Parts: sequence; C-alpha cells; structure tokens
Amino acid sequence: MDVAIIGIGIHPFGRTDGVSGRQQALHAVREALRDCSLDWSDMQFAVGGSRDGGDADTLVADLGQTGLPFLNVWNGCATGGSALISAVASIQSGASDLGMVIGFDKHPRGPFNADPESMGLGAWYGETGLMLTTQFFGLKAQRYLHDHDLDPAILSTIAAKSFRNGALNPNAWRRTAISEQDIASSTMVSHPLTQYMYCSPGEGAVALVLCRADKARAYTDRAVVLKGVSFRSRRFGSFEVFSPWLSPERGDSPTVEASQAVFELAGVSPQDVDVAQVQDTEAGAELMHMAETGLCKHGEQEGLIRSGATEIGGSLPINTDGGCIANGEPIGASGLRQVYENALQLRGDAGNRQVPGSPQVAFTHVYGAPGISACTILTR
Amino acid sequence: MTSRAVAPGLFAERDGVPHLIGSACRSCGTTTFPQQDGCPRCTRVDMQPCELPRTGTLWSFTVQAFRPKPPYQGPEEFTPYGVGYVDLGAVLVEARLTESDPEKLRIGAPVELVLEPFRTDSEGTDVVTFAFAPTAPSTD
Ligand SMILES: [Zn+2]
Repeated sequence: MDVAIIGIGIHPFGRTDGVSGRQQALHAVREALRDCSLDWSDMQFAVGGSRDGGDADTLVADLGQTGLPFLNVWNGCATGGSALISAVASIQSGASDLGMVIGFDKHPRGPFNADPESMGLGAWYGETGLMLTTQFFGLKAQRYLHDHDLDPAILSTIAAKSFRNGALNPNAWRRTAISEQDIASSTMVSHPLTQYMYCSPGEGAVALVLCRADKARAYTDRAVVLKGVSFRSRRFGSFEVFSPWLSPERGDSPTVEASQAVFELAGVSPQDVDVAQVQDTEAGAELMHMAETGLCKHGEQEGLIRSGATEIGGSLPINTDGGCIANGEPIGASGLRQVYENALQLRGDAGNRQVPGSPQVAFTHVYGAPGISACTILTR
Repeated sequence: MTSRAVAPGLFAERDGVPHLIGSACRSCGTTTFPQQDGCPRCTRVDMQPCELPRTGTLWSFTVQAFRPKPPYQGPEEFTPYGVGYVDLGAVLVEARLTESDPEKLRIGAPVELVLEPFRTDSEGTDVVTFAFAPTAPSTD
C-alpha cells in the first residue's frame, strides 16, 4: 500500500530568537494542517522528535489533548527518517489511515558538544582534541579528492550554489549569494574545508501529514506519494565520524546501503531522479554523497557540477532549497526539510526555485553520526 | 617535571621506543586501536593485546585550525595541530600529527610514532599523548 503526503508545513530555518523549538514545531504543525484543511483532532497518530528542542509529545498541551498515540523519536540526524518509517509502518499495517510526522530543533550556538564516553570512546579522545565532526569531514574530503583526483576548488563551487539557492528560498537561513572566491578565502576550519563550506547547527521545524494514498484524494488534489523510506546504520569497514581507528578493509557507507534500499523499495533507479536533496554538512559531503547515493559515478562529480547539471535548471538539480549549508542543521528537522522541499518541487509550488519540466521523481538523503543514513523517494 | 600518559593502555615504551597497544582478534585477525573486548567484524569475544608497528604512511590528514570546545583540554593558548589517519598495515590509526602546515603534509608520506606532552594538568604534571611525525622531508 502506498502512503501519501497530503499536508506540509515549515517554520523558517535559522535563528529565531525568543521562539522556542516547541513553538516552531507548533507553527509547522498548524501550517501542515492548514495545507490539507484538516484539524489536529483528525490525526490518528503522531510521531516526531528533536534533539535539543524538547519532547515532541508535549506538543499536545498546545495542539489538543485528543488521546492520540504519540511516539517520540530520538535518533540524531535520522530523527525525521525514523519518524517517517514509523508513520509508514503504522499506515501500511492498517493500524491507522492518517497521521502527523514532526521534526524540530533549536541548538545552542556553536558546534555540537561531543561526549566521548557516551559514544563508547575513551575520554582521552576528546581531551586530546580528536573528537570534532569538522575534522572528520576534512579528513574524508581530503582522502576522497586524492582518490578520485578531483580539484579542491570544486568545494567552493558547491557551496556557492548552496548560497545561491538559499537566496531564492524564503525559509532559508543564509539568503545571500557568496562568491567562490569569498568561500575559498574564508577562515580555514579543517583543511581543505573553510568556514563557508560548512553548515552550522541551527533551528527550524517541519511537519507532514501522511495518509493512505488511496484515500488522499478525499483531502487534497496535491498529494505526493512516499514511494519508499529507508534507514541503515554502519557496517564494518565504513569510514565514519569519531573513529579512533579504521580497518584497512573499506566497506560501503550506510549512505550506499540506504540509497540502494530505497531505490529498490520504490522501484525506480537513480537515473530516474529529477530532483535530489543530499546531506551537505559541508561541501565535500555533497560531493561524496552524489556518488555514494548512486546519482553519479565516483569522480564524475566535477564534470557534472562544472557543466551546471546540479543547478536548479540542470539535468540533476541538487539541494534546490540551499541544503544544510544555507538552511543550517537543526538535527530533528533537517531530514524532513528535504522531504518538504521535494514535496514542493513535485507539486510545482517551489516558486522562483522551481525545477523546470514538472519533476516526477524526487530523492532525499540524510547522513549523520555515528554512521547512519536515511533516504526517501517521493513521486507525483 | 613529572609526566603521565593521557590514558592507560593506549601506548607503552620498550627500551625507550614507543609503540601503540591495539588488540587483534584471534578468530578473524581484525586489529583495533585502542584495545577492545569484542570484535566488530566477526562479533566474537576473543581479542588479544598487541603492539602496533611504530611506522606507517599518512592515509589522510587535516589541520585543527581553532581551539576546540570541551571535552578538549589542551592549553588555553592554542597552537594548530595536524590530525591524520596513519596506515600501519593491519589498522589505520587516527592521531595528532606533529606537523600542522598542510603544505608539508602529503597522503602516502612516511610517518613515525612519537610521544609528546600536549598540556600540563592542574598539578603541574605533563600529560603525554601519542602523535605521528613525518620521517622524510615532504617534497611535492
Ligand atoms: Zn574477529
């Protein structure tokens, strides 16, 4: 049984002083309900989460205490993907027809705090200055550029596209285009990655109303179908953040496995994708994930990017809403932001960043610590 | 001046020569650093401590350009440091690098293990950790 997304809502990403994470979630939920002309009391279940924004299920104090089952998800960067999987399972099992998925967050300023011992690592790892996600991305990008003989300048080209697309997105945090030269010459954070190539933790909220696809027409004529959602953790040998050691035997990343799984579930191939949102914690992540997801071959990225293929008007538009680089990364909301953007694109409602030619197949990909990935495929 | 290791069981010195202490799975041969009880590859619980080679090649590198937030406990006055993965054959180990100029670091370059104090604790004791140092001038 297919599951449809019939209502979508968002609270603008970035920094909204004086508005709590919960309040941003409430805004997104009400927008999603308005979008499909339903009330909170119509929801048969809800599932959602945030890392630093509060407990999702406490939203019923403001939305209405209707007694619905409300699952809290605590799954880092995969919070949105896990919430979607749970919602799809609830609908496909026949337990319910209609429900809400919510992701929101509001992180303190600055990089994420990391606690080595909670992740099974010795305190020495943090104490000696090895426990930084920024380092991991620098190390992975450095090796990737070397292995595939790619020009490091492509990293600035990728980030410049993110800011350009963000400037077209009223809900984005960074809404000013930045030149490749300014990106390349911004403060070096973790060689070869500079400050403007990284996203920052931020704030934001997204809510989606899901229902059985065969009942969607009763509520809206703008439904999009969630053809598949997948989630994988790491296998032995994959190169992940916070690894004091790696095996010389390289394994596929969870991105590779989650992508293969979702394409199989949806019955489409990467060549069918008309618009994609991929995890761009920094510019090198977008570069690597283009190939790890199967959207292109390793090493092909530079040619594709330089030819304009990944631009909004190109053959493979990527991160059309500006991605994490322009939207920041509120962990609980980030994966659902990608789904929100793809729903807009498939509906033809993306305004001045609309992908031309009425896209039919849209792909999302999240990657995060400690080596997890979640993907979705939406179709019209 | 007294000194102590940042954590027990990470490294040791024999005849004045330092080495890292890993563990090797008696069942499938997988080598980990630091030591652990269970094998993440074959899932068996049959790991044996082992000395890792003290020389290898640089597999990847970056440079930590700003002072990290806690749990980092290095000196307030920050000096950038290199970070890399070093290919020791049976295992790639993540470590600080004594070289922090990216122009002088190169994937594939030979490196060797050194022990170095990276901070002084509140009692005035030097806290020693492991790092890798380039062994030949890096020329591109
Ligand atoms: Zn084993």
